[in-house]
Amino acid sequence: MEILEILLSASFWAAVVRIASPLIFATMGELICERAGVLNLGIEGIMVVGAFAGWMAVYTGTDLWTGVAVAAVAGMAFGALHGVLTVVFGLSQHVVGLGVTLFATSSTYFAYRLALPEVTSPPRIAPFEPLALPVLSDIPILGPALFAQTPLTYLAFGVVGVVAWVLYRTPLGLALRAAGENPAAVAAQGLSVTGLRMGAVIAGSGLMAVGGAFLTMSAFSSFFFEMVNGRGWICIALVVFGAWRPGKALLGALLFAAFDAFQIRLQQTAIGEGLPYQLFLMLPFALSILALVVMSRRASVPAALMMPWRKGER
Amino acid sequence: MAPATAAPVVLRLEGITKRFGTLTANDAVSLSLGAGEVVALLGENGAGKTTLMNILFGHYSADEGVVEVGGLPLPPGAPRAAIAAGVGMVHQHFTLAENLSVVDNILIGTEPLWRLRAGRGAARARIAALSRDFGLAVDPEAVVASLSVGERQRVEILKALYRDARILVLDEPTAVLTPQEAEALFATLRRMVAQGLSVIFISHKLHEVMALASRVVVLRQGRIAGEVAVADTTPAALAALMVGAAPAPAQIAPAPAGPARLRLRGVTTPNEGARPGLRGIDLTLAGGQITGLAGVSGNGQGAIAALISGLARPEAGSIEIDGREAGRGWSARAALDAGIARIPEDRHGTGSIADLSLTENAILERFTRPPFSRRGWLDRGAARRFAEGLIARHDVRCPGPDARIRLLSGGNMQKLILGRALSGDPGVILANQPVRGLDVGAIGFVHAELLAARARGAAILLISEDLDEIMGLADVIHVISAGRLSPGFARGTKTAAELGVWMAGGGFADAA
Repeated sequence: MEILEILLSASFWAAVVRIASPLIFATMGELICERAGVLNLGIEGIMVVGAFAGWMAVYTGTDLWTGVAVAAVAGMAFGALHGVLTVVFGLSQHVVGLGVTLFATSSTYFAYRLALPEVTSPPRIAPFEPLALPVLSDIPILGPALFAQTPLTYLAFGVVGVVAWVLYRTPLGLALRAAGENPAAVAAQGLSVTGLRMGAVIAGSGLMAVGGAFLTMSAFSSFFFEMVNGRGWICIALVVFGAWRPGKALLGALLFAAFDAFQIRLQQTAIGEGLPYQLFLMLPFALSILALVVMSRRASVPAALMMPWRKGER
Repeated sequence: MAPATAAPVVLRLEGITKRFGTLTANDAVSLSLGAGEVVALLGENGAGKTTLMNILFGHYSADEGVVEVGGLPLPPGAPRAAIAAGVGMVHQHFTLAENLSVVDNILIGTEPLWRLRAGRGAARARIAALSRDFGLAVDPEAVVASLSVGERQRVEILKALYRDARILVLDEPTAVLTPQEAEALFATLRRMVAQGLSVIFISHKLHEVMALASRVVVLRQGRIAGEVAVADTTPAALAALMVGAAPAPAQIAPAPAGPARLRLRGVTTPNEGARPGLRGIDLTLAGGQITGLAGVSGNGQGAIAALISGLARPEAGSIEIDGREAGRGWSARAALDAGIARIPEDRHGTGSIADLSLTENAILERFTRPPFSRRGWLDRGAARRFAEGLIARHDVRCPGPDARIRLLSGGNMQKLILGRALSGDPGVILANQPVRGLDVGAIGFVHAELLAARARGAAILLISEDLDEIMGLADVIHVISAGRLSPGFARGTKTAAELGVWMAGGGFADAA
């Protein structure tokens, strides 16, 4: 009965959408990279960079949207680093990605200490406020869940539409997908595989950073270490879960968020009394792995994912 | 130097030289092409045909020489410039993205990238018109992965035509086609030529060259070995130009059956999707003979090859080697230990590992045994000596034993695989499509090696879709159709037409 109560409450669904938002940004970012043939394991670190850069920008006096832009640009810089190493030099995407994550994370902490040497508890900023859309937000349950969110959440859903449109409806998207399927086919048409993949990695990394910025600028109002907490890795799984399609990846993000919101509430019920809370924290991950197994059986991986492209090689 | 052509010259290659490391793939090659002309570029594998065309198309930059289209030089290494100048290329290995639709594949790169919508509607209409005009039937909405090889080639040609190609380069277009598909392709090409397009046609099949081209340029070891009008030459003369000497006529005496080396008894295998499994077949491979397995591809040849090479176990029935039954432990390792040599059908996929060196590929079947492995350590010296021996004995043209095998042409790769398979003096040899895609010289080499092994007493199973090859080489011929095996026919007792009836399923006891 308590479970039913949880599932029928507007606050539960609002939490689902809120928790999903950063995942949606980062998942779309990763999806763009992978569709072009580059696995971007820098995602975790780039989210940390975004979380810090956006927050720091606002803390030093810019407005919130400029902060988002600063976060995106910072993420793109690390994306460019990833791209130069994996696309231009053709190095191992696994090693480079993990390296970028470590480098991005540690340089963020370094920058944090440089900027705030004497602070024990991180300063707060004024985050994005929820923006209730007129009329729509009055719909029962759905209204407060979907239409009383912060502007960044609306942006996240908008990004899914844009990514889907670009990938499937524009010549650029076609070229990008082809670069991830068979770079030789792209090169044979005289397009630059390097350019396309670099572009995808940089743009995708920008989105990942905005996902990170959501955490400091919308979900919480402050930056602290470990705040990204594996969300980047979840997004990698969500891309697979979504079979490299934006719409399905969006569903995956919502599903994961639902598990997460559900376990928090479950802990406070009678069921949660006797059980260690770590068990509940585990729940969304365990269920995600299960869902991944079920869903991604027949997913078609971009055929050239993780395959470096070198021009003029036999 | 070049025979005068009446039509204006649309393409000129002048003094093209290209080196890969120590290998000179093209050495001062010059070539011209007139409007509405079909020039065949003929040569053995590794003669430098594909390299030359990749230079024309801008995939490689030439070390020396110029490419001129319509009198204007093309910038080197720029495929976009080649496309803009009206050069279209159909690569031997198709450059299609398999998970995308036909329309998507054709559209890649044809529109400015920064547009909000792809012009699908107009594109579809144009593709339909081109399909109709040139007889290139293909469903534009189909995903490429679902298309047959012949259909994929049509998509490649459509791609070139969609970009207004005036010069079409086809790299061994018939290597992957059935005879019927090849005929349809030739009809298409003739239509193109009639409309003023020019074609460069790379091949090593002499009869195709004679049927289609007006002029032939022969490459040998990176140099032009000759240039003749088709009207003034014969297949034999062309073959001589290609390999440098006239090949010996193939007249092979049949050999008597020796002791049975390998026997399949009542073997049944499960169906694989649409492909039928084997239905209780009996097959005996006798020593000192070549047993030919004829049939249309996909009728169970793969299942027999998998059984003999140890990649599969029979569902029912047994495999016997030299009278001993191979039990439940039958595996690829057991097959090797039993002295079965394998020449796999797919030399790139299962026959070799592209990014390993020739040395490593040469010892692939034996690296866990002496002399290559001593107390768990790889003896690199022994491996290298073995590889060098193979390279020398089998005339494998390569930069050296340390080169990655992907740098080799198909023929040279096959020579190495053949050498590897035959070096242990095996009792049973499984030769699955051993000459597919090879040129005249390499085919002769492979056949000579198989005949030499026959003379040494080996039992050879030759699986081929080329009936001429089977009828010319095999002492006993079986036909496989829908998982059923015909009785063995001695060479010369059945005509091609009679075997064709069996291939179509006639003659079997349960035939309708």
